[in-house]
Amino acid sequence: MKRAIFFAALIVTAVAPPVTRAQNPTTIFIQNATVLTVTHGNIEHGSILIRDGKIGAVGADLKAPEGATIIDATGEFVMPGIIDCHSHIAVDGSVNEAGPAVSSMANIADVLNPDDINIYRDLAGGVTTANILHGSANPVGGQTVVIKLRWGKPAADLPFQGALPGIKFALGENPKHSNFPTPPGITPRYPGTRLGVEEVIRQAFIEAREYKKQWDDYNQHKSAGEQNLIPPRRDVRLDPLVEVLEGKRYVHAHCYRADEILMLIRVASEFGFKVRTFQHVLEGYKIADEIAASGAGGSTFSDWWAYKMEAFDAIPYNAALMTERGVITSVNSDDAQEARQLNQEAAKSMKFGGLSANDALKLITLNPAIQLGIDARAGSIDVGKDADLAIYNHDPLSVYAVVQKTLIDGQVYFDRQRDIAQRTTLAVEKQALLDKEKKAAEAQKAEEKKRDENSEKKPDKKPSQKRKPPQNGDSNVSANATVATATAGGTR
Amino acid sequence: MKILNLSSRAVLALVLAASLAVPAWPQTAATPAAYAIKGGKVFTLAGAPIDNGTVIIRDGKIVAVGANIAIPQDAQVIDATGLEVYPGMFDPITQIGLNEVSAVGATVDVSELGDYNPELVAATAVNPASAHIPVTRANGITEVIAAPGTTGFDLQSGGLIAGQASAFNLAGWTIDEMQINRSVAMVINWPTIQTSTFDFASFSVKEKPYADVKKEYDKSVNALSDWLDRARHYAQAKEKGSPALYERDLKLEALVPVVEGKLPVLVIADQERDIRNAVDFCTKKNLKMILGSGAEAWKVKELLKEKKIPVVLAPTNRLPEQEDTPYDKPYTEPSELLAAGIPFAFSSFGTAFSRRLPQYAGTAEAYGLPHDEALKAVMLNAAQIFGLADQLGTLEPGKLANVIATNGDPLELQTQVRYLFIKGQLTSTDDKHRDLYDQYRKRPQPAR
Repeated sequence: MKRAIFFAALIVTAVAPPVTRAQNPTTIFIQNATVLTVTHGNIEHGSILIRDGKIGAVGADLKAPEGATIIDATGEFVMPGIIDCHSHIAVDGSVNEAGPAVSSMANIADVLNPDDINIYRDLAGGVTTANILHGSANPVGGQTVVIKLRWGKPAADLPFQGALPGIKFALGENPKHSNFPTPPGITPRYPGTRLGVEEVIRQAFIEAREYKKQWDDYNQHKSAGEQNLIPPRRDVRLDPLVEVLEGKRYVHAHCYRADEILMLIRVASEFGFKVRTFQHVLEGYKIADEIAASGAGGSTFSDWWAYKMEAFDAIPYNAALMTERGVITSVNSDDAQEARQLNQEAAKSMKFGGLSANDALKLITLNPAIQLGIDARAGSIDVGKDADLAIYNHDPLSVYAVVQKTLIDGQVYFDRQRDIAQRTTLAVEKQALLDKEKKAAEAQKAEEKKRDENSEKKPDKKPSQKRKPPQNGDSNVSANATVATATAGGTR
Repeated sequence: MKILNLSSRAVLALVLAASLAVPAWPQTAATPAAYAIKGGKVFTLAGAPIDNGTVIIRDGKIVAVGANIAIPQDAQVIDATGLEVYPGMFDPITQIGLNEVSAVGATVDVSELGDYNPELVAATAVNPASAHIPVTRANGITEVIAAPGTTGFDLQSGGLIAGQASAFNLAGWTIDEMQINRSVAMVINWPTIQTSTFDFASFSVKEKPYADVKKEYDKSVNALSDWLDRARHYAQAKEKGSPALYERDLKLEALVPVVEGKLPVLVIADQERDIRNAVDFCTKKNLKMILGSGAEAWKVKELLKEKKIPVVLAPTNRLPEQEDTPYDKPYTEPSELLAAGIPFAFSSFGTAFSRRLPQYAGTAEAYGLPHDEALKAVMLNAAQIFGLADQLGTLEPGKLANVIATNGDPLELQTQVRYLFIKGQLTSTDDKHRDLYDQYRKRPQPAR
């Protein structure tokens, strides 16, 4: 494990510092690209001027200002950086706070891991922003955070400044623990049905409403100048739910079946809040009108289905049908690999349901930006927005498109050519380190042998634990096990 | 050609909206005796593409392919003008028919209990009514292999000798009608030396000392070796002795074609060390090996080439094995294997994701695999690897008429399959998903 961390650190130092940072240019000029603005059409032979991390100008007739760093994108396509509305990357450890049915006190922002290699991998797939959520073990889950994939920066620099925080809710099979049998000797946790899931959420909001009232009363009296007031006792579990009631925190609700989606719309209406997004929402197409009327968005998969019972009526036409019926719809990954191909996944909605190319692009750019409340800053190529961009060698809606560069805040965080160029150096460095470690282990072995020989004379002294030379792959969890870690307790 | 330009996308969208007049499968008694697919660009995969070509199908087989072919009088003509005609795609490692809803055990027949089950055959439990069959074929996959004990999305692999894989067409009333070959390979899940494993009961990663897992590994390999030796002895006894001299053993009997080199072993292995060990083992035991998954096959190219071992590759769209593996290694691996002269085929290793097969080939092409090789790796190569190329893989007379007609590059994400022939039958591209879409698209606005 130490070795894995060590190599992660190695990659960080070798790949991370964006080349542009060394020169610290404030002006970047991307020229001669097909610019997919998403909001105002495609510009052939277009240019984008970036100033201080923001998009300064977009058009076909721009001239590069003197001193600007030029990125020549002749024959290439520039689109807004991909926004993944459902991700579990950059999380240190387990994604589920398994145990309580209401785990709103847990905040994923507290456990961001900036060294997670999947940040870099997803960046290399054109993703610039991700909504980091807990798993779906609990009806009311933990607090979520929107991050930018600023690979190489510390955890504190990852959050998307100004983005409203969220909270994960979960409905259906996962919170009722249908597919994760309770280990023997342990009492199954309530709820065990969809009926119970509703009750847990309602109960939590009844408590939150009363708690909010206590605070409102207190604040009212306080502002009236009353003395010697005792403030209500802080409840870190209810605080985030009060923020939901006050519209200061978004609800992202994991769900599958039409009935449970309607249930949460009713509960939200009872307590006077709005669900911001229904996540997965695989049966959203069955009740798209109701979702649209509730003001919620739908963040779904392209073509996942049948991995569990509640996903058996999932159809790849879901994104297109919800879009057609007026739901702000996005396609998300829920998976570090799927995030690397979100452009491909979005393109499938052209095949299944006949979305236009621009509407397909919106599924992974503007629409998730709206869902996360960051559309004033991201999701399209418009003047004034953050310069979060992905540059492809082909139309990004083609299976043949490969990301060449990914920019965040106008900085090149991923550059395919640079990545390829660094591989030889990294391989040499890795080998040197392996050799060194092997040598050190051999030296230690010799040392221990010597000590053992000496200790034979003093039998009461125990030999120290021997270190083994590194075995290729020993300390690595297999790919399958890694997948299992990500999905255990349910995230999808 | 690769990239649809934007205006043609709009046209495409309109075309998509128009419904197709393909008869629903299964056919009635009025099924024509022959079909002539004419006017399309025919990619036979056995020579240069034929512009304005014709494919004649009779009694389930292709009988003629070419530019100037006479159309038989009794043939129903399929106008493929503007379309491209290809052999259907072949997904060689799936759980189709054995797995309906992964999380619902009652619907899953992939992994039997116990480690040594060579006598089990996938075809025994393939459900011809599975909803996955029409969904998969609608995307142009006309035949698959169901492989017991292999992992799919959300499935766990099971068994060291997991059973026999079966090849079948994705249309038919019964598995007997669908079957291409009941036994195409013996599935072996190669044991792996793994110190960290994820424990589902406690939702945590468990660490074990290297020495312990190595001991377990050696034990498994020895047991595997023992099974094969016993099968060899069994074969010898059977050949020389009378049935009275030995006790009939279904497991050993199933392993006889394996030790005789008649039935290949499909060895599922990913890590370099495991692949090397498996190749070494199969060489010593004189087994015909096909490597399945092979995430690190790119580290073992010389050996695979030398031993002439083909690879059925894990989905291209996957994460790299190690933290410091190049981010695009799974994407470039196919072109590396091609350059090394190692035969390979793409595969989904799944059920619900079988329809992603062309996406896996397309992604590999984006990272360097030539287009014609990408097509072969989803249409022809699997047939060659599993010894079925006399029946499948190209559009040539005498082959099974598994044919697709598409409105463009079959590896591109927007491309639609317009006509689908399986075993010479014009087969509907309708499926559960299309039906639900049609049904709910018509839902009236709810009253408020």
